[in-house]
Amino acid sequence: MTTVAIIDYGAGNLRSAANAFERVAAERGQSDVITVTADPDVVRKADRIMLPGVGAFADCMAGLEAVPGMIDLLDERVIRGGTPFLGVCVGMQLLASEGREKVVTKGLGWIPGAVEKIAPSDRGLKIPHMGWNTIFPARPHVLLDGIETGENGLHAYFVHSYHLKTDNPSDLVATTNYGGALTACVGRDNIFGTQFHPEKSQALGLKLIENFLGWAP
Amino acid sequence: MSLKTRIIPCLDVAGGRVVKGVNFVDLVDAGDPVEAAMAYDAAGADELTFLDITASHEGRDTIFEVVARTAEHCFMPVTVGGGVRSIDDIRKLLLAGADKVAINSAAVSDPDFIARAADKFGNQCIVVSVDAKQRLDAKVGGDNRSEWEIYTHGGRKPTGIDAVEFAARMVERGAGELLVTSMDRDGTKSGFDLKLTRAIADSVEVPVIASGGVGTLQDLVDGVTEGHASAVLAASIFHFGTFTIPQAKAYMAERGIAMRMA
Repeated sequence: MTTVAIIDYGAGNLRSAANAFERVAAERGQSDVITVTADPDVVRKADRIMLPGVGAFADCMAGLEAVPGMIDLLDERVIRGGTPFLGVCVGMQLLASEGREKVVTKGLGWIPGAVEKIAPSDRGLKIPHMGWNTIFPARPHVLLDGIETGENGLHAYFVHSYHLKTDNPSDLVATTNYGGALTACVGRDNIFGTQFHPEKSQALGLKLIENFLGWAP
Repeated sequence: MSLKTRIIPCLDVAGGRVVKGVNFVDLVDAGDPVEAAMAYDAAGADELTFLDITASHEGRDTIFEVVARTAEHCFMPVTVGGGVRSIDDIRKLLLAGADKVAINSAAVSDPDFIARAADKFGNQCIVVSVDAKQRLDAKVGGDNRSEWEIYTHGGRKPTGIDAVEFAARMVERGAGELLVTSMDRDGTKSGFDLKLTRAIADSVEVPVIASGGVGTLQDLVDGVTEGHASAVLAASIFHFGTFTIPQAKAYMAERGIAMRMA
């Protein structure tokens, strides 16, 4: 049994994220508790923390800052406490040192790097990078266990115009190919982030969530 | 490049029920949009679009319930269009579980609405519906306007606004995707208006979904190869079981289009 706090800070498709977690939890049959919350007390007690995010970097960061005590608490629980953490889409981009979407905005700084506009080498490619794409591991990671990767692997659902360029190569876990490599997953210790939406990625996404619920970093 | 071309079945919903009819083999209740959505999900559809064509205000609330029930069962992106007029409409749909909203009339009457919506929810969730029809007075190459003008209110109201120009303006305001429907072709099964699709797709940076007129699997291929669309939307060929999603994907893949096979 594990408890997951999905952080509600006014951004993101919270219902979809909760639905996907609840489906996986039901299949695990271990009475996991999934809570969508803005309450620091609930986050403080959770075994796992998930940060969703849909929208612009600056708006999402401002939304997170607007929840009293939340950023300090995340720091305490994730960085100092080692609680397994999953950031999704902009919720993953916020881990960077800074976002460069329209304006420069300071991020949480957990994964050194900047969030920059994607620039496919082929000018004919559309932006946003929207739809189903395959992922390529840059290094092994337990959250990708049991997921077929590579050109003929499972697909993940992406929708983004910016991506996190990590300063440390070791923080890059997987890429996707769209006129060049784009960051698909980042990770370090108990922190993991996906640019794609696991909650919208059918088999691949549900497997990743299952791995996250059982993760003991 | 391994981003796949998307196939998007579209369900017309009124008062919480599928209209125009759906004729799948295994559905208990062909009028239940959630059951239809689940069938498409299982068949490997890449996204799903609900078009809420409810006329009455009272009927509107049922779409939120349809989206919420769908999102409980389908882990794929869902777009909802029809009657989206306010920031609050969008918020309610997203909270119910929609990923994108398609906006038509409100984008024409108040283009700033698109900018406000994109600022609030991100470009990625704002789809602008471009319902276009060939101009009767079109002088091909004879004036500066394109051959098409846009219509609102479900294709009933002409606006005199140039379709290609409008599309570009919507992208500037923050539309993350365009749903381009040919009113001339819609329901005719004679194929997409490829010239229209290409004229818009080639003039904007964002993905274009081709819509209106699909009758054969070759029409889907043409939408991509000649229309330059990133995704193809169809209703009746799938609803009535003329073709299945896997058949469509296999056909397109055989003709060299990168598809996500189930």
